[in-house]
Amino acid sequence: MPDLAELHVNGLVRRLDADPERSLLSVLRDELDLTGAKYGCGEGRCGACTVLIDGKATRSCVTVVGDCEGKQITTIEGLERDGKLHPLQEAFLECEAMQCGYCTCGMIMSGVSLLARNADPAVAEIVRSMEGNICRCGTYTRIVQAIRQAAGVLKGAAP
Amino acid sequence: MSPNPQVVADILLEPERYELYAEPRYRFDLDVPLDGTRRDFLKTLGGGILVYLAVAESDEVQAQERGRGRGRGFGGGGPQELSAWLHIGEQGIVTVYSGKAEVGQNVRTSLSQTVAEELRLPLSAIRVVLADTELVPFDMGTFGSNSTPGMAPQLARAAAAASELLVDLASEQWKADRKTLVVADGKVADPATKKSLTFGEITKGQKLTKTVTAEARSTPPAQWTVLGKSAPKVDGREMVTGRHKYASDVKRPGMLFGKVLRPGQYGGTLKSVNLDAARALPGVTAVHDGEFVGVAAPNEQIAERALAAVVAEWNYPAQSSSATLFQDLKAGGGDGGGGGFGGRGSQNRGSIDEGLATADHKLAASYTVAYIAHAPLEPRAAVAEWHEGKLTVWTGTQCPFRVLSDVARACGIPEDRVRVIVPDTGSGYGGKHTVEAAVEAARLAKAAGKPVKLVWTREEEFTWAYFRPAGVIDVNAGVKNDGTLTAWEFHNYNSGGSAIQPVYDIRNQTSAFRPARSPLKQGSYRALAATANHFARESHLDDLAALVKIDPLEFRLKNLKDARFRGVLEAAARQFGWGKVQAAAGHGFGIAGGFEKNSYVATCAEVQIDRESGQVQVVRLVTAFDCGAVRNPDHLKNQIEGAVVMGLGGALFEAIEFADGQITNGRFSRYRVPCFSDIPILETILVDNRDVPSAGAGETPIVAVAPAIGNAIFQATSQRLRSLPMAPNGMPKV
Repeated sequence: MPDLAELHVNGLVRRLDADPERSLLSVLRDELDLTGAKYGCGEGRCGACTVLIDGKATRSCVTVVGDCEGKQITTIEGLERDGKLHPLQEAFLECEAMQCGYCTCGMIMSGVSLLARNADPAVAEIVRSMEGNICRCGTYTRIVQAIRQAAGVLKGAAP
Repeated sequence: MSPNPQVVADILLEPERYELYAEPRYRFDLDVPLDGTRRDFLKTLGGGILVYLAVAESDEVQAQERGRGRGRGFGGGGPQELSAWLHIGEQGIVTVYSGKAEVGQNVRTSLSQTVAEELRLPLSAIRVVLADTELVPFDMGTFGSNSTPGMAPQLARAAAAASELLVDLASEQWKADRKTLVVADGKVADPATKKSLTFGEITKGQKLTKTVTAEARSTPPAQWTVLGKSAPKVDGREMVTGRHKYASDVKRPGMLFGKVLRPGQYGGTLKSVNLDAARALPGVTAVHDGEFVGVAAPNEQIAERALAAVVAEWNYPAQSSSATLFQDLKAGGGDGGGGGFGGRGSQNRGSIDEGLATADHKLAASYTVAYIAHAPLEPRAAVAEWHEGKLTVWTGTQCPFRVLSDVARACGIPEDRVRVIVPDTGSGYGGKHTVEAAVEAARLAKAAGKPVKLVWTREEEFTWAYFRPAGVIDVNAGVKNDGTLTAWEFHNYNSGGSAIQPVYDIRNQTSAFRPARSPLKQGSYRALAATANHFARESHLDDLAALVKIDPLEFRLKNLKDARFRGVLEAAARQFGWGKVQAAAGHGFGIAGGFEKNSYVATCAEVQIDRESGQVQVVRLVTAFDCGAVRNPDHLKNQIEGAVVMGLGGALFEAIEFADGQITNGRFSRYRVPCFSDIPILETILVDNRDVPSAGAGETPIVAVAPAIGNAIFQATSQRLRSLPMAPNGMPKV
């Protein structure tokens, strides 16, 4: 397979030269310097590497970059608009929904994907949807609270 | 493995910090030119005022740190008696330098608040430089819940002294009585004349240094205006935007990616190795040096391929397995025998025989705890770069100076040739005192002549780091019909001596820690053995209460004089509704309490057990915690919640399994950690005890979780579970 020459990331076309068999995570981090997505397990079981592909939360550590050709990739670096944080980023800050912060970007990307599917998820739905994201510091209760809070803000902002 | 005598002599807290005794795995003989000079950071600071804090003789912990540290590194030169310093530059910027590391416990924020309190500044005006060995004074490490009781008061004194110095300088300039001047908002002002000077205007053109002793005064909790209130994480925005660079995110020009060849079993030694195929790959450097085999390549994929292309044969020793672990530990445990480390001597009072003779009921039981893994979400990672005979390592660790020393010893170079920089780290929980990845990256970078990043895989982190020690605990106790404890005999094999002695009033008691030979590499874990010892003690007490048919809370209070311990038990019980409500069918309530590291905790648990499947769900956990004066309520609450969640994993399902020298469940798909669906309702009560100096809070809230859950399971099922984890696959079959 020929090398991959471009990726659509955060609304930009990014030129690169990568073996299509490489993981999306390593290409984002090591070639495009988008280090918000983290390595945590390499088997899609912790969620630290979560990015959006065509709006859907995806584990980038088990996604080969060749499969992402022509798709819209959104990373945590693409959430901020004109210096304004996404309401879920704001909610994470307000709820102090983090300790070491290593899982935080993956949590937020998974949460953004959930909120896009369901603008007002109940706690049980949040728990079900977020189950594959690990916060080893144990801030789960605060993360649920942050997602609920962001849902409220997004609902208020909707036309 | 022979313990480093200096380290052995100086480990001041708990013997179970085994990892701190370990020698580096590798010893290299590198050809490193040692000309050129070290940078002197004090010269680079420019003007302003600099306040050093000298260690107090009376402060046992810090005094030992000083004796151990001799300034920089474990054997380095440098200023001897300084534990922290603070600089106010000519722009009025306040910078604090401390050797503590941020691992998610929010020490960066709490130290900022501490300094802001004394200098009457907003948090945003304070820079906190942590854990860069070139810039900060020696620090033994971020463990033992010691940042708050150890470092914070020192920085407070340094900041208070700086404030005094600013007032002195302003009063000299104005020829005003210093007593009339006030410090606020980054200025010194004279209310009488309405004149004011910013900190920058005062420090301009100055080159002053001041040494203060630990006796210098800082603001008492009763007068706090910044401390005692919730301040948000100072770098929270960096975290939610992905801008924060962890060690694993650091990128250097020309950097390569490293991988290390591991033996297929513990204790494996190389029989033969062939690197030809690996070296044939583009841009690959392959190294064989003693027992070290590693590769560095232009990207991770090529590094993985190169590693796979290495052909190696290994010799393996005979191995034990988790199937016989507890027999093995007990057989290997003796009076201070095994492992070469002294046990924590027996702590005796009265006579066990007499105590048992006067008891109406006697109960002997054996408890076990499994090895568990810290599993910090950021695995060990390091970037190493050599430049003119000097090595810089970026890594995530709780012990930057320990890593510096390990790297220097492994590479055979003086400690002043190594700089360790620790970006705020993706957690540790006691598991990142050593960072072998730093040594490995340094070796590869030397061979490649380029910077090398080395990030351990999750499987490597599960296999080659160290574990919370497994252990066996035998308890024999006696109680009178009226609930008075008469005898308490407690033997801990291997897991550790922390919090081994009961706070309960028991006339006849003996508690002993008996080190054993551990088949796995073990070491510090959040709260050390306090978790295991509290599990055995508080479970056993619950059984004794049941024997004499006394309510578990009443039973504890009957045998307890310590007012703060009673206070947290009563606070948790009140919030929980203990004694006021009955558990629903299939539910159970449990209570447990604990004391460790100068703080007290009590936990009440409600569990639900599914009759069909035997699955245990924790429904609610109420925690009351007293760590003295509360410095940041929300961050304290966050720490407590985190410890409770971590404790829940170890209580119910976390366990490392091993056989034939291999970890058999060393990945997240096989090792279950608490997830969203495991989390109960969490309620936290902070006992803000302003008359007592603040203790650390990262550890103690974990210790009563497992026994509270076990006691709740007992109430629901009449089944006493004496092994951690208690229900890895639901309730054990009777």
